Amino acid sequence: MSAIEKLRNIDRRFIFIAIALAVIVPLLFPIGLPVTVSPSVQKLYDAIEELPPGSKVLMSFDYGTSTMPEVYPMNLAVAQHCFSRDLKVVGTVLWPEGVSLGQNALEIAAEKYGKVYGTDYVNLGYKVGGMVVIQAIGRDIREIFPEDFRGTPIEELPIMEGVRNFDRFRLVVTFSAGDPGVREWVMIAQARYHKKVGAGCTAVSAPAFYPYLDTGQLVGLLGGMKGAAEYEKLLQSQGPATAGMDAQSVAHAVIICFILFGNLVMLITKRKTERRSL
Amino acid sequence: MTTLGVWIAALLTLCILSFLYKDNPFYKFAEHLFVGVSAGYVVALTYHNTLIPNLFVPLLKQGDYILIIPLILGIMMLLRLFPKVGWISRWPLAFIVGVTAGFWLITYLQSNGLVQIRETLRPFNSLGNIVIAIGVLTGLTYFFFSKEHKGVFGKTAKVGIWFLMVTFGASFGYTVMARISLLIGRMHFLLSDWLGLIK
Amino acid sequence: MRRQVPLIITFIAGTIMIIAYFIPREPFGGLRQRFSVWFLIIAAFALILGIGNLIKIHGKRISRQSAGWGYSVVLLVGLAAMSVLGIGWGIERSTPFHYLFWNMQIPLSATMFALLAFFVASASYRAFRIRSFEATLLLAAAVVVMLGRVPLGNLLWPRLPAVANWIMTFPNTAGQRAIMIGIALGVVSSSLRIILGIERTYLGGGQQ
Repeated sequence: MSAIEKLRNIDRRFIFIAIALAVIVPLLFPIGLPVTVSPSVQKLYDAIEELPPGSKVLMSFDYGTSTMPEVYPMNLAVAQHCFSRDLKVVGTVLWPEGVSLGQNALEIAAEKYGKVYGTDYVNLGYKVGGMVVIQAIGRDIREIFPEDFRGTPIEELPIMEGVRNFDRFRLVVTFSAGDPGVREWVMIAQARYHKKVGAGCTAVSAPAFYPYLDTGQLVGLLGGMKGAAEYEKLLQSQGPATAGMDAQSVAHAVIICFILFGNLVMLITKRKTERRSL
Repeated sequence: MTTLGVWIAALLTLCILSFLYKDNPFYKFAEHLFVGVSAGYVVALTYHNTLIPNLFVPLLKQGDYILIIPLILGIMMLLRLFPKVGWISRWPLAFIVGVTAGFWLITYLQSNGLVQIRETLRPFNSLGNIVIAIGVLTGLTYFFFSKEHKGVFGKTAKVGIWFLMVTFGASFGYTVMARISLLIGRMHFLLSDWLGLIK
Repeated sequence: MRRQVPLIITFIAGTIMIIAYFIPREPFGGLRQRFSVWFLIIAAFALILGIGNLIKIHGKRISRQSAGWGYSVVLLVGLAAMSVLGIGWGIERSTPFHYLFWNMQIPLSATMFALLAFFVASASYRAFRIRSFEATLLLAAAVVVMLGRVPLGNLLWPRLPAVANWIMTFPNTAGQRAIMIGIALGVVSSSLRIILGIERTYLGGGQQ
């Protein structure tokens, strides 16, 4: 077997080791490459900055543990931003695991800014049904969320005083890992009830939501861990996303090298085969 | 996270990663545990966040007896577990499908159809507007399969393919980004929380 | 009866949802809200159905002691533990349910999906082949976005993030919008077919 053929049929475990090293080494020895903020992230940050203190933000935790490294850091960063601006956060959940993850992010952010559960923030818990749940919030939130995730009746929560539907919310932010998520919030909360909707989502789904940014149906969009890192930069805080950016850079470079090298090997093999056939 | 918790999490992480070498009993153990634990999580959440507040409390404590209808439909859904009477589950399924179809018809048409078409037809006063208009029109031409892709129509569809290829390329780039982020998350946990190599 | 009643239910439920959009007043607005609550209750039972099916399949594997039945025991123990702890002791941060969620479910789930990074890398080397102009376009866009979206891109060429952003904002938006409009038209026609009873595959086969 020639060297080229060996390279072509390389054991995939060597590739696995290479990609593991591309992630581990920069994590152990960070370079500290500067993060640049993209316009879609800046827009969401600005939309929150513009809200007067005391405004209510509806935050939906529509993600799970499988995408936690991407979405949880942005959830944490936006929650911290909201509390730093004295905004009140009402959480809803369309993915079961979002209850625990969203609550964790809210509690960490609340502890930092001395916010109280029930007065400054609340987690209304998980409802199965996606779009139908959002539509029902538009008519009467109390009918679909009669209690918070702990079982406290909504009437006993000071933050929910006077809240009947979308009217009292100045902004809706969804942290989404798929459907139901960004698409459903845009389709109902924005298109039907004309609320401002911002989103943080996995990088896989982010490109599909650019048309919403273009039409203004989304006020801002954070895509993946990089989006979270950009938001952390705007908040001037070193969060979990920023810590991963060097590894992200190196791993991307390695994968591009794989693609180019794979094609080079293919080209050489093709030429050799052509020569042989001549 | 307690020390024991970190160790459990780290060992389970390694069990899953062991699949990269080859399929093995440790991976299979972790895989089955994952499915079981995730399913159990859904049971507890559904009980606390949906069945109690939206069904049992209003039905039993507040006397909202009309909720007997969805309760019966829900039980009919469970009958699917028994092949002889499984056909009864078609009724609740029909309700779910009907509500979803009615909902989607309007919302998709409004938000993803009409608004998108309106925002495509903008004045050609910037390069961006021109690119978007050409891209959308040619892309839609490619998706029109009722006519053979030949002549001017075929060439237009070809331009549509180019736009779609750039779109798929961008999506591929973002997919790589997403997968790497997930790996970074786990590696960060192992190096930081477990081994304490990163502060 | 077995097919006609479901078709009527679908028609009524679908039609009311459409009418309520245009006439949100009573009785349609109220009916839509009622249907939404019913929807989530029935959907909750559908989730339980899924769990029931899981128990049925793995219960059979254990009772027959078929290959790998020990793993089915692990699955059912995990399921029972989370369900009982969650229902019995609650789901808050200080509960055993949350402990298992944080120390078992998160690492298992997150690592399972992190494996994809390795397979994407392997596929990039073995399967991403530039054989045509279209594939070259795809590769070029992918490379620009992959580099332009991370800090390294800025280091290589300061204008790369702006180029990546342009690709995302214009050609990508155009392509995604074409797909979006196509899907919207597909959903509209499928929904109409379902409501009018032309599309019946969701009812499955079997007796009339």
